[in-house]
Amino acid sequence: MNKALITSTMLLTGASLLASLGLQATPVDDALVIDGELEITTQVKAPEGHALKELYSGWRYRTDETRAIEADSFENPGMLGVEQGEEIWNTVEGSEGKSCASCHDDAAVSMKGVGAQYPKWDADGNKPINIELQINKCRVENMGAEAYKFDKGGQKPLTAYIKHQSIGMPVTVDLSQGDMQKWWEAGKETYYLRTGQLNMSCASCHEKNQGKYIRADHLSQGQVNGFPTYRLKQNKLISLHNRFRGCIRDTRAEFPAAFSDTLMGLEVYTTWRGTGLSVETPAVRQ
Amino acid sequence: MTRFLSMLCGLTATLAMTFAMANTIAPNDVTIENLGIAESLTGVAGDPAEGRKIFMSKKLGNCLACHANKDMADQQFHGEIGPSLDGVASRWKAEQLRTIVVNAKAVFTDLTVMPGFYSLDVGANIREDLIGKTILSAQQVEDVVAYLATLK
Ligand code: HEC
Ligand code: HEC
Repeated sequence: MNKALITSTMLLTGASLLASLGLQATPVDDALVIDGELEITTQVKAPEGHALKELYSGWRYRTDETRAIEADSFENPGMLGVEQGEEIWNTVEGSEGKSCASCHDDAAVSMKGVGAQYPKWDADGNKPINIELQINKCRVENMGAEAYKFDKGGQKPLTAYIKHQSIGMPVTVDLSQGDMQKWWEAGKETYYLRTGQLNMSCASCHEKNQGKYIRADHLSQGQVNGFPTYRLKQNKLISLHNRFRGCIRDTRAEFPAAFSDTLMGLEVYTTWRGTGLSVETPAVRQ
Repeated sequence: MTRFLSMLCGLTATLAMTFAMANTIAPNDVTIENLGIAESLTGVAGDPAEGRKIFMSKKLGNCLACHANKDMADQQFHGEIGPSLDGVASRWKAEQLRTIVVNAKAVFTDLTVMPGFYSLDVGANIREDLIGKTILSAQQVEDVVAYLATLK
């Protein structure tokens, strides 16, 4: 059968069903401009070697209401977390009597662009490092404070604050540093590995079926450019590794520890899969 | 009298269950020929009403997550990952529907994202408490197959 015919028939049945439910399939055609001034790139051509041709931010798959909340920084509840992060940035902690600001001054200057370029290679640790782990490194090595436990203490708000300084800037990951390419490859394997009793991989949902509904959920490309994101369903900021673990758990599999080598590889790879999309932190999702 | 009846019913149910267990084909012993599984997995006829519930239930089949189904128009949110199952019984024979539910990969190849509901051919790192377990029991599969057979 003619491929166009199949597609249009599928679109027809899908669209009529969705219209009856008041839902919209495939990424919506809409532009994100925050507070009427900051333009966010939510669609971009994929880098070479990518399984998808066109990349879309998860924002393009959300409802009109959810998209409107992200477009207005006063309405965006994630901004409260960012403000909390700013307080932590300026708070002295640990035996050295220092805050983040003691070394880095004004984050609007020193952290601009930083969040858009992580994860990056950490020669000391001989592995990739993300913002959360860089914060812990500074706390231990420069402040004489304890490392934050996963998702605890100020980890989410401070990460959101730092990433927010790069809002609107394109995500890039430098694979030429250290062994980044190897971690990218390991991450790719994880991405395509079918797991659990349901026997599904990230690609089963976010590559093969992006744009379709799985029950009430509109499947996006699983892009990571908005993390930590504010999830309306859970009423709080959600970290990237929490989201990874949740998606793997949903396949009825054992899930790896946060910041484990497996999930760090996955972060390197999925960040690359969103190359060129703007940082949206704190994005708003359902 | 009522008491006697309910005892009798209880006894029949127990007998039926024992019978079902004794005749249940284990996941690894299922034989597929020409895409079909000819025999019932349990020897006990499937209950379409029960199958309909399993189809909808998020905890059991959750088939609605991926398939639209007009027979469930009262339910919100039908998925679009797989084809609509309206009229599916006119497209496939009962023994093929059984294969699709037992192990969709046997019909649609490894490329399908549809889980195998009575198969131990699962993904990596399966949750520890689920090792050796199938998503649905043999009788639940028979119930779902009996329900699918009503979708003409
Ligand atoms: C069974 C389906 C399924 C599988 C498998 C799955 N996900 Fe998801 N994922 C979802 C759903 C549903 C959502 C919420 C809607 C959306 O954004 O797509 C989601 C959301 C996400 C998000 C948030 C996107 C955003 O814009 O905020 C990321 C990141 C993500 N997934 C990554 C992954 C990765 C990485 C894997 C594999 C390790 C994976 N997912 C496997 C269903 C799945
Ligand atoms: C995660 C998604 C998913 C779930 C859950 C799922 N299916 Fe499917 N199903 C599919 C896909 C996709 C196909 C199409 C085959 C293919 O190309 O992979 C399919 C095909 C079928 C077909 C053949 C339809 C036709 O018209 O040819 C039947 C019958 C079916 N599924 C029944 C079920 C039943 C019953 C359940 C629940 C017990 C179920 N499915 C759960 C994804 C799913």
